[in-house]
Amino acid sequence: MCAGDQNLFTSLYGSLTQQLSREPMEWRRSYGRAPKMIYLEANFVQFKEELLPKEGNKALLTFPFLHIYWTDCCDTEVYKASVKEDMQRWQAALRLHGSVDWLIAVVESDNKKKNKTNILPRTSIVDKIRNDFCNKQSDRCVSLCDPLKESSRSQESWSSFLTKLRTLLLMSFTRNLGRFEDDMRTLREKRTEPGWSFCDYFMVQEELAFVFEMLQQFEDALVQYDELDALFTQYVLNFGAGDGANWLGSFCQPVRSWNGLLLRRPIDMEKRDLIQRGEASLLDLRSYLFSRQCTLLIFLQRPWEVTARALELLHNCVQELRLLEVSVVSGALDCWVFLSSLEVLHRIEGCCDCSQLEANSSHTVGLWTYATEKLRSLGDLCGLVSENGPDSEDLNKTVDLLAGLGAERPETMNSPQSPYKKLKEALSSVEAFEKHYLELSHAAMEMYRVNGRLRSARLLGKSLAEFYMRKGDPQSAENFLLDSLKSYVSESWSLPLTHTRKQIAECQKQLQKMDDYLQTSALLASDTNLSDEERRHFCQEILTFASQTAEGKDVCVALSMSSVTRLQELCFRPSSALVHVSAALQLELRLCSLMPVPVTLEQIAVSIHFTQEQPGSTAQKRAAQNQDGTVTFPAASPASASASASALELCEILEHSPSDNTLSSAGVACKNMHLLMRRHDSTTSLDTPNTTPSAVTIEDGAQMLRASDVTLLPGNNSIVFTSQKPGVYTLRQLCATLGRVQLVLPHLYPVVQYEVYSQEPQLSIQPLTEHLLAGLPQQVKFTILTGHYSVKKGDALQLSNTDSMPVLHSSTRSARILSSSSAELVAESALSIQSSEKVTSISLPVTPPYHTLEFLLDVLCHIPSCPARMESERLTNGQISHRTRSRTRFNSGMTLIDQKVSVDCPWSIYSTLVSLTFHVPFKVKHSLLSVGRRKFIQVCLQNVSDTNFRLTNQTLTENQHTPSLELLSLNTTTHSQCVFSVWELRWSGVCPVSLHCEFSASFAPADAPDAALKPYRYDFTLERVTTLYSVRAEIRPAAGEQHCVSGSLCRLEVSVTRLSEAGDSDEDSSDTDGLRSCRLLYEVMDNNSNWAVCGKSSGVVSMPVAAMATHKVHMEVMPLFAGHLPFPNIRVFKYLPHHASAVIPPDTDSCLENDSLSLDDQAETASLRSRGSVQSLGSGESAPRGPMPKRQAFGPGQVFNSTQGQQVLVLPAADHHVMEVNVT
Amino acid sequence: MAVCIAVIAKENYPLYIRSVPTQGELKFHYTVHTSLDVVEEKISGVGKALADQRELYLGLLYPTEDYKVYGYVTNSKVKFVIVVDSSNTSLRDNEIRSMFRKLHNSFTDVMCNPFYNPGDPIQSKAFDSIVSTMMVQAC
Repeated sequence: MCAGDQNLFTSLYGSLTQQLSREPMEWRRSYGRAPKMIYLEANFVQFKEELLPKEGNKALLTFPFLHIYWTDCCDTEVYKASVKEDMQRWQAALRLHGSVDWLIAVVESDNKKKNKTNILPRTSIVDKIRNDFCNKQSDRCVSLCDPLKESSRSQESWSSFLTKLRTLLLMSFTRNLGRFEDDMRTLREKRTEPGWSFCDYFMVQEELAFVFEMLQQFEDALVQYDELDALFTQYVLNFGAGDGANWLGSFCQPVRSWNGLLLRRPIDMEKRDLIQRGEASLLDLRSYLFSRQCTLLIFLQRPWEVTARALELLHNCVQELRLLEVSVVSGALDCWVFLSSLEVLHRIEGCCDCSQLEANSSHTVGLWTYATEKLRSLGDLCGLVSENGPDSEDLNKTVDLLAGLGAERPETMNSPQSPYKKLKEALSSVEAFEKHYLELSHAAMEMYRVNGRLRSARLLGKSLAEFYMRKGDPQSAENFLLDSLKSYVSESWSLPLTHTRKQIAECQKQLQKMDDYLQTSALLASDTNLSDEERRHFCQEILTFASQTAEGKDVCVALSMSSVTRLQELCFRPSSALVHVSAALQLELRLCSLMPVPVTLEQIAVSIHFTQEQPGSTAQKRAAQNQDGTVTFPAASPASASASASALELCEILEHSPSDNTLSSAGVACKNMHLLMRRHDSTTSLDTPNTTPSAVTIEDGAQMLRASDVTLLPGNNSIVFTSQKPGVYTLRQLCATLGRVQLVLPHLYPVVQYEVYSQEPQLSIQPLTEHLLAGLPQQVKFTILTGHYSVKKGDALQLSNTDSMPVLHSSTRSARILSSSSAELVAESALSIQSSEKVTSISLPVTPPYHTLEFLLDVLCHIPSCPARMESERLTNGQISHRTRSRTRFNSGMTLIDQKVSVDCPWSIYSTLVSLTFHVPFKVKHSLLSVGRRKFIQVCLQNVSDTNFRLTNQTLTENQHTPSLELLSLNTTTHSQCVFSVWELRWSGVCPVSLHCEFSASFAPADAPDAALKPYRYDFTLERVTTLYSVRAEIRPAAGEQHCVSGSLCRLEVSVTRLSEAGDSDEDSSDTDGLRSCRLLYEVMDNNSNWAVCGKSSGVVSMPVAAMATHKVHMEVMPLFAGHLPFPNIRVFKYLPHHASAVIPPDTDSCLENDSLSLDDQAETASLRSRGSVQSLGSGESAPRGPMPKRQAFGPGQVFNSTQGQQVLVLPAADHHVMEVNVT
Repeated sequence: MAVCIAVIAKENYPLYIRSVPTQGELKFHYTVHTSLDVVEEKISGVGKALADQRELYLGLLYPTEDYKVYGYVTNSKVKFVIVVDSSNTSLRDNEIRSMFRKLHNSFTDVMCNPFYNPGDPIQSKAFDSIVSTMMVQAC
């Protein structure tokens, strides 16, 4: 407040107000609140005594914080005359009102100074004033120099003046504010006293808020309002708790006006007046409070907090009105909320740009939704939603509601989209309501979608659908319902699911979508969330439809069976799910009916798929089937609803290398990886519908298993099917017929298969022991798998007899009949065997199909006398198939005989050939031994089987009974497992060229009696028995030596002597020089490296064919070691010239077998001399690739080597040889 | 006290939901289901602010005129939702927190039961009685 020279002040006023707020001041605050930098602004008014605040004044805003006395007096006289007096009066007035905040400003100017030259020093006036007034506070008087001039001095004085002014102003402000706050607190503490008025207190605290707002301290201002808000809320709550305050009564008056929030004015003075007068209603107070908060929050740039607070406020108000039991016209609050929400939204839109709004739609969407809800309930109230439109009562209500809105406020009068206009329009007609409601709903849903709040969007969509249903527009409703159904299904929220589904059913019924409706009804009928009555209703809907006679197009309706029944288990009898043709396979289904009432099905059928598969390959496919033939179908649990197929399906992978079929890699692969590896997060699962759509396809044309007239009771049922035709079947679908309705289970998972097979009869004969031994009676087992053939009376097996393997007649045998599937003994019956010359006939007992017939038979295979001979006999039925073939198994040394049996079976016109392999238990070997001219025959008989045998009675006979021949036995009787027998062969005269001998012995198993001895025969032929040549060798030491010494040459003399006259026809002889002679090739070689043959080691000699003709050959050999050394090998061959060998087929065996003599080495003439004269003889004829001379070995007995086994003593060589070796 | 308490699995299907029998059960199912939107929003929001990862209490999910819905999420992303009557103003944040803590403890006990198969609806009597203590005693 300015006193003093008003003209002076007016001249300075402009720059003063301008400069005061230019610089901030630090504001230190009481109660430990943080200091703040504030910009001071002041309102200057002329001092009037009546403006000074009275005692108890609460107005802070108009409070005079500082009193300033302005003067430009520079004349002491004038000062003394008038100014001082004026000042004193001013001071007195201030003191009277207890104001201590004052300032005296003395303005000095040079202009005045110049005019009065002889005045007192300038400072004296200031000093005087200081002396007079500021006895203690010298700073209360300031001087200002030339304020209107642009000089540095002037500026300096300005700034110091302003600083002082600010400091003082702030000091005063702080002091007064503190006092004000204290007062306010005191007032608040009195709130429990009777007569306390909230409205009065409200005004006081708001004053504080205004001051803060003025100081731009919006935060602090907001705090004041929040405190008021909280205080009021607490009162309301206390009131609700029964602790009522009297003053609250005024807020409990009935609500008469619901015109919503008003946020466009900074201060709603209308409402403020109401509050001040204590006439405000609760809504008025709340509206006013919120509008102030809103203003401050927008100043604070926090618009999103406004929306959150707005929602809270609206909810809160509704609650409070309810709590205070304020009577409200129904719908009035809805109007208020609607208007308020839209008003807030408009306000926010007004202070933000579009992109900001979109980005923060999550904050506003709540308000949008709330407004939508409220509009909807208003529509319901005023009959705007029903199909028929509002009736008169509704119209009355509408009029009442509109009356409460009052007139539109001037601020929004001009905007065409004001909330007020919207509401009025919406309530005016059905169409306008629909338009506004849809607009709001879609806006809110869109916002939810953008924010990813799909569930909220769908819930809103559902209420929109309800709206459409009320309007009788099921078409538009259906999509919204299906959409929201999707999210409940995917997250398995059963209760909302049931509710939504019920709405869908209603909708579909109205739309006449019979298929869908029935499907939904089926689901509802089995829904346990519904009451029995409702379920029965929906079940009845299906049954009614089913019993209607079909008319025209839609004859049948296929529904998913899974909605009404649950396939629990499937059971095969027999459990292997593998039956032969004509056997009964029972398939038992266990269905759990979810229907509330028993349902009679005309037919229930399992469609089956026939697959032409190899039997056995299905075995692994039937992995899901248990050992006892049951398949359990997994129940869909809510947990696995979204991941039902998440079980790992593993399969084994074995890789074989293509070349040798060895295992190259083994592993396990997951077959359903694509399902498991799919990204799986909860947000996307909301949108992926995993229930199969209602489109159910029925496979037709497939084979079916049927059961007719089945009644499905609620709960578990079991249905039995039977099946016949051969093949492998996979169960595909389950289909139940109910009048026009078919219930279909489109897929059966896991895959279930069964197999019906047909089998040809089979005969197999197997040995009972590991080996069948020839020569002894052996048991073989006949197995007949009857297959589809049933053995009738009189059916017999015809076995063709063979000499080598007779069927033995033994005591009566019995046949066992087994059932093929379970292998249990069914019957046992006697078997009769008749035998004719050619055929053995076994009459079979009567056996049903698919059984196994088993019996044993004794057979004997004769040991052939000559193991290498092939036999071929003609059978009774004309086939040359009965053949005995022998081969030798080298590992066991046993000879094998394959015995083929031809069997005529009654079920086939063809004979069955069965091969049996017998083992000959003996090995026999014969050899001819000679000593000079004497000849011996040795036969070795050896048991090579595992069975112990007794061998006895060896005899050897000559078949041709040559009279001059005599076989002299040199044996003693033995019984061992291996028998060597020797006979001397003596003859007189000429020995026969070949001898046919027969060896026979008796054998029996070691533990059998003598009577069981069986003959064993062995035929063999000996040829060229007589000795033709005798070879004798002699080794002599070198001349002058007594003994052979190793390393020195010795002389080897070989003499070949012919022992017998020529008589052999096969002997090659040539007539040279008139004498019959025979060419012999001799060869000396030492395989043991004992000797080194020096010079030629082989040669051809010509022997005259005469007894005792001798040919001697000399050569040099060198012993390589000392000791008794065996003689080197001397071998003699027949030498065949090339012309002779050209006639004979080349006998490669004897040609180039085992010697160092290379006959075809024609070109090596240099070696001729050393190698011998072989080539020199025929060198003229031998062409490079022409026929070559041959050599032929003599028979085993034809050459007798008398030096075989003889040894010669060789002394070690002298030491110096060793020395030499050591030196080198 | 609470009018509805729900436990929701990670995959967003209800493991347990119980409400005051006097009011429509269906309404609460809808409310709780819709609140999952906000839960998901808050969870993904928490993921961004690493500092707050250990805070399981999600606070007020959203208020409606009649109810306040509070959320809580375990580390295994099982969600707890408590619906409180709006008129019940005596409940402060701390009380809600302690309710959730109690619920979590009891839920942990259920999970520790070797006979309980995780993912199945909760049928434990102990859990049920804990929930009962937190529900409105009007019944």
